[in-house]
Amino acid sequence: MKVSITVNGKEHQSDVEPRTLLVHYIREVIGLTGTNVGCDTSSCGACTLHMNGEAVKSCTILAVQADGASVTTIEGLAKDGVMHPMQTAFMENHGLQCGYCTPGMVMAAIGLLNENPKPTEEQVRMGLEGNLCRCTGYHNIVKSVLAAASAK
Amino acid sequence: MTITEDKSTKIIGTRLLRREDPPLLTGEAKFTNDLNIPGALHLSVLRSPFAHAKIKSIDVSAALKIAGVVAVYTGKDLQSAWAAPMPCAWPVTTDMKNPPHFPLASDKVNYVGDGVAAVLATNETASRDALDAIDVQYEPLKAVVDLEDALSDKNIIHKDLGTNKSYTWPLLVEETPGCVEEAFKKSKYKVKERYVQQRLIPMAMEPRAIAAVPQPFGGDITLYSSTQIPHILKVMSALTLGIPEQQVRVVAPSVGGGFGSKLDVYAEELLCMALARKHNTPVRWVEERTENTQATIQGRGQIQHVELAADENGKITAVRVRIIGDMGAYLQLVTPGVPILGAFLYAGVYDIPKAYDFSCTSVFTNLTPTDAYRGAGRPEATYAIEMAIEALAREMKIDSFELRKRNYIKKEQFPYTAFSGLTYDSGDHLLAAEKAAKMTDLAGVRAQQKKQNVPGATRLLGVGMSSYFEMCGLAPSRVLASLNYSAGGWEAATVRVLPTNKVQVITGTSPHGQGHETSWAMIASEKLGVAPEDVDVLHSDTAISALGLDTYGSRSLPVGGVAIALACDKVIEKAKLIAAHQLECAAEDLQFVGGTFSVKGSPDRALPLAAIAFGAFTAHNLPEGCEPNLEAQVSYDPPNFSWPFGTHMCVVEVDTETGAVKILKYIAVDDCGNQINPLIVEGQVHGGVVQGIAQALFEEAVYDEDGNLKSSNLSEYLVPAASDLPSITTGHTVTPSPTNQLGVKGIGEAGTIGAAPTVITAIIDALSGLGVTTMAMPASPQTVWKTIQEATRGGKK
Repeated sequence: MKVSITVNGKEHQSDVEPRTLLVHYIREVIGLTGTNVGCDTSSCGACTLHMNGEAVKSCTILAVQADGASVTTIEGLAKDGVMHPMQTAFMENHGLQCGYCTPGMVMAAIGLLNENPKPTEEQVRMGLEGNLCRCTGYHNIVKSVLAAASAK
Repeated sequence: MTITEDKSTKIIGTRLLRREDPPLLTGEAKFTNDLNIPGALHLSVLRSPFAHAKIKSIDVSAALKIAGVVAVYTGKDLQSAWAAPMPCAWPVTTDMKNPPHFPLASDKVNYVGDGVAAVLATNETASRDALDAIDVQYEPLKAVVDLEDALSDKNIIHKDLGTNKSYTWPLLVEETPGCVEEAFKKSKYKVKERYVQQRLIPMAMEPRAIAAVPQPFGGDITLYSSTQIPHILKVMSALTLGIPEQQVRVVAPSVGGGFGSKLDVYAEELLCMALARKHNTPVRWVEERTENTQATIQGRGQIQHVELAADENGKITAVRVRIIGDMGAYLQLVTPGVPILGAFLYAGVYDIPKAYDFSCTSVFTNLTPTDAYRGAGRPEATYAIEMAIEALAREMKIDSFELRKRNYIKKEQFPYTAFSGLTYDSGDHLLAAEKAAKMTDLAGVRAQQKKQNVPGATRLLGVGMSSYFEMCGLAPSRVLASLNYSAGGWEAATVRVLPTNKVQVITGTSPHGQGHETSWAMIASEKLGVAPEDVDVLHSDTAISALGLDTYGSRSLPVGGVAIALACDKVIEKAKLIAAHQLECAAEDLQFVGGTFSVKGSPDRALPLAAIAFGAFTAHNLPEGCEPNLEAQVSYDPPNFSWPFGTHMCVVEVDTETGAVKILKYIAVDDCGNQINPLIVEGQVHGGVVQGIAQALFEEAVYDEDGNLKSSNLSEYLVPAASDLPSITTGHTVTPSPTNQLGVKGIGEAGTIGAAPTVITAIIDALSGLGVTTMAMPASPQTVWKTIQEATRGGKK
């Protein structure tokens, strides 16, 4: 099936199998491998990206459902060689270790602040419920998101 | 007087941000499955749906007809591909039983997930689709799932072995023969406890991924793998496949967590290599999460019987431990050694006499093989002794913290030669514990508890603690030899000063989240007086880092980091000879401060390292016999383990009506000696603590009686989310290790070791007024509620 999807500001026309998931389209058709796959039950959130400005798990969406949509991946966040404030906040607060959950976590965190610009610690913890991390114990992830919120 | 600025204390100990982060934060970093490998065939593995069954027949004809499928192999087809069975590097006893284990089963499957057939296809979808088209006829056999059932030998898994017992490993240390038995007869207080260490799934966020790229005409093969152990994997894969070792190169690209689960030589790595060679084309494989829970090793899996004897003052007089260890269906790389790593820690942080009777019998079960998972044997041991201390305190009707204080090894006793003959390098348990108590506001919490835990109250407050020692920094090679481990415990480092005074550090450690690039650069920076950003750290590619023993067992800093410091010393030594030659003075008259050599007392006569580095490169004016270039290589074998320690405390509130446990406060006071980068140390503690909390409250690999894994994906296996957890308050004390020049100890596993008993003792403390004295892990709401019901109804019905 033919789809037209704008990825990080650039429009792509592709022919995909109907069963192709958005995450596989991004990784294999577009060739952007920053979006990771960590499970097969939509539990881990490693594949979180933005579709039309909203954080979504790209393993729960078919590429054909994203036809006409605008998608931002982790690769699309930095502008002119400068990282997004959320990326900087993660770096400054040691909000990542192995980095595998990180792209999804950062995309989810930006989505969280879009909806609630000044969350409490508890709201951050609840808001990131759908993204799993095995390294950090979330402590510094939560700290990173709160730091990014207070820097806004 | 000229004051030379001493830069030597400016880098180590600072919270330098990680250089690893920008690539990981922007999607630039490449994990194994991100690599673009043209022409690669995709491997998929058909796995047994039975825990124990004979394979009667396998029909692959339908699978071969699927478009894109190139080949299908069964275990029998590949028998000639293996020069040796899959390796187990730790035959803990000379008579240990180790059934032959091959990447694919041939006649019989022994756990759900055991590989039965391998499909190669031009794309991943076809290779997975083909799995459904393979027709395997099984004859199911009775599965052995329970450890005590396994021990009974009613059903024997590996018939040729004649038993399910793999080994019995005893450690009996007695001052005088029979003194353990005598202590148990004579001592006033005795406790006898039984604990179950449930099986855990390590669940690194990156599932395993592999790509084997052969160069049939060049004669080489490169294996990319999400592994913790590229160096060990190189040796082991060469031996298993019968490939000359120098033809194998192993690369670990960015690796998304390991926690021990990637400290192994896996069937899929060997299959990719064997099939890549057979087909003269790259072969790659990526694990699905549901596959990961079954085909990647699991952790823990022990039944522990622990007995303590103590005199009238509560001073421990003897320790007796009996363990049943769950090996799973086969022995993986270090499976049998895991309980043995804990064998020396069942006396915890306590000063006990030579009256220690330990024995571990390990058995095969029809379950996924176990192996090292964060802490590996040491969290289990710490849990047992700390829970037993609590039981002893209950028996004596005294406060458990007071009982610990009576038994702690005292600061002035270090270095302390333990009952086992091992020397604990340094420690101050009381200091760490008192700091934890202060940070917890223990007195305040106790007062609040008195107010809150009144009869009829349904939200009960509890405070728990655990003091731990971690035996880490694996390890002195001679000690490993005495434990029958098949390799050494050294680590290698090369430090090279380039002509432009930039530095390359090549390490044998293989990070997967620990921030080695940052920390190792800090060490070299401080030693050589260069900026940390001028130091590049190379690792995880056996073509670049030829020597190494990789990353596990909290070894990277106390072994690998120290090796870098020593290599820097060697570089400085050589540079000093060149400086002396060029400054026309004696080497012993030179001092090296802040990156510059100067003549003691004549600071004007000086040469910066930059000048010497360039001079060593041009080689125009070197002392007689001095080789060009400025580099040094070191293989460092540590003289001792490192012994980090600490005390954790936590405050919980238990809802007696629902069984829900809420952690209100978690305090971790850890002492890992000098800290290279406190930011990274704290991160290790946070993550470690949460994995311990996860064992205490959330996680368990649940099997049914037929050996089916009921928690086989992330919606069933409860890896805690941010919303399930509290913030962690970290504190530390600093007791440098005297056994290495950096004064450092490991920190990777400490949090996990401290956390599970801290949480469980807090829950029991909260419920003690209801008569609860025990709590199984994970303490899920259901388990807590049931335990309360049993206690309040006056015992188990």
